[in-house]
Amino acid sequence: MTFPLYRPGDDPGPSFAELLRRTGSVPAVPAASVGGVTHGTTVVAIRFAEGVVMAGDRRATSGNLISHRTMEKVFPADRHSGVAIAGAAGPAMDMVRLFQLQLEHYEKVEGVELSLEGKANQLSGMVRNHLPAAMQGLAVVPLFAGYDTRRRAGRLFQYDVTGGRYEESGFATTGSGSLHAGTVIKMGYQDDLDRGASLDLAISALFNAADEDSATGGPDLVRGIYPTMATITGEGFTKVEEDEIAERFAALVGRLSTPDSTTAAGAAPSIGGLLT
Amino acid sequence: MSMPFYVAPEQVMKDRADYARKGIARGRSLTATTYEDGIVICAENPSNTLRKVSEIYDRIAFAGVGRYNEFDQLRIAGVRAADLKGYSYSREDVDARSLANNYAQILGQIFTNEMKPMEVEILVAEVGGGPGDDRLYHILYDGTVVDETRMVVLGGDADAIADRLEAAYPEPGSIEVALRASAGALAGPDRTLAPDDLEVAVLARGNGRRAFRRIEGEALAGLLTAP
Repeated sequence: MTFPLYRPGDDPGPSFAELLRRTGSVPAVPAASVGGVTHGTTVVAIRFAEGVVMAGDRRATSGNLISHRTMEKVFPADRHSGVAIAGAAGPAMDMVRLFQLQLEHYEKVEGVELSLEGKANQLSGMVRNHLPAAMQGLAVVPLFAGYDTRRRAGRLFQYDVTGGRYEESGFATTGSGSLHAGTVIKMGYQDDLDRGASLDLAISALFNAADEDSATGGPDLVRGIYPTMATITGEGFTKVEEDEIAERFAALVGRLSTPDSTTAAGAAPSIGGLLT
Repeated sequence: MSMPFYVAPEQVMKDRADYARKGIARGRSLTATTYEDGIVICAENPSNTLRKVSEIYDRIAFAGVGRYNEFDQLRIAGVRAADLKGYSYSREDVDARSLANNYAQILGQIFTNEMKPMEVEILVAEVGGGPGDDRLYHILYDGTVVDETRMVVLGGDADAIADRLEAAYPEPGSIEVALRASAGALAGPDRTLAPDDLEVAVLARGNGRRAFRRIEGEALAGLLTAP
């Protein structure tokens, strides 16, 4: 590796991606459609009074098989922002790694952090550059959320495979279970939720997504695996402790299993009119 | 065709070294010392935006004296080299020694082959796992590398400042002690430096993954005046 010292007119600036292009270490796009790759599924982000909550289930699937039970899908992007991923796991992890590095690289070279808007646009460019691979079945669709230290508010962004960037005011979901998770959040969302209420809402959303979508993992009480959750506030990106998540899940399961929420006692459900 | 005058190589090198030393001596100096929890770097720098001390990687910092544009160019190259290495191998594989060697190669090559040597002296500091593991690499304008373990002074008046620092800070202590000794040594007997005239940063073991942190404003004033 040669020492990357450039002449003023030839300088790649604060962009790490540009530097990688100069040094020739950019992965090639697959020529044909790739099947059987590991996919990560449902992630959600919810805005609350002091910032944003991000949460993701832990399941990764290859076709109809479960390939990982403990995958992480919510990552810190830097001190005041986080990124959550759904889609082809390999390229998604690589995108997160490059994105984290890009933000840190910019901060070190320029001496100041990028604005939150700037970070969201950076990620947009990375998703857009990934489009050729997405066309071969390796789509990556992230969520980006952070605390805007200039506006003093939590903000969240949703993307599509073409790099389209959509800022959402309340919540965003992506991945195979996003339809169900989104509906649950929509029913329970209010402006200025507190931290606890927004965590409970995210947990409920992931639980219901797992209930309806086979590719989304629910809480695994046998192995003690729970979704990963993080809050991003003025204090920065903080992972929610697993004990707290387990407690909140237990509370949710408790609410769902009260007698009046299940089928009326005694009346066995009939299936399609057949006697059972 | 006219013949160029013969100049002895010794003379060429001496002239270049004098030129570089003169350039460096025009700027203000900086000190780096180890303390209980890491390394503190203290530079005399009245500007709040043009930095002499900055972060290179998780446990590595850079500091330079002399011509700003030249050492800043070296700083950015260091950030790039470190980030590229960490990306292609692992974050643990990025170390100050290899970076210091890279710098030495570049500076040595420019000193011998270019018209003008770089008028800079730079420091690559790395905080280790324990108090004995901290590293300070002092690299001169001609590519000479000096490996220090306790303290280093960069700049024109280095010897006098080093003597004062040695006397005021004989062994590693707390950050307040280290910082006051550094500020006192930089100022000398005839003047005092206000917090605004100093640029201070630490590489602290307790800072998490990114050990580098600037100490500015009230926090700096507090450390300098604490009883």
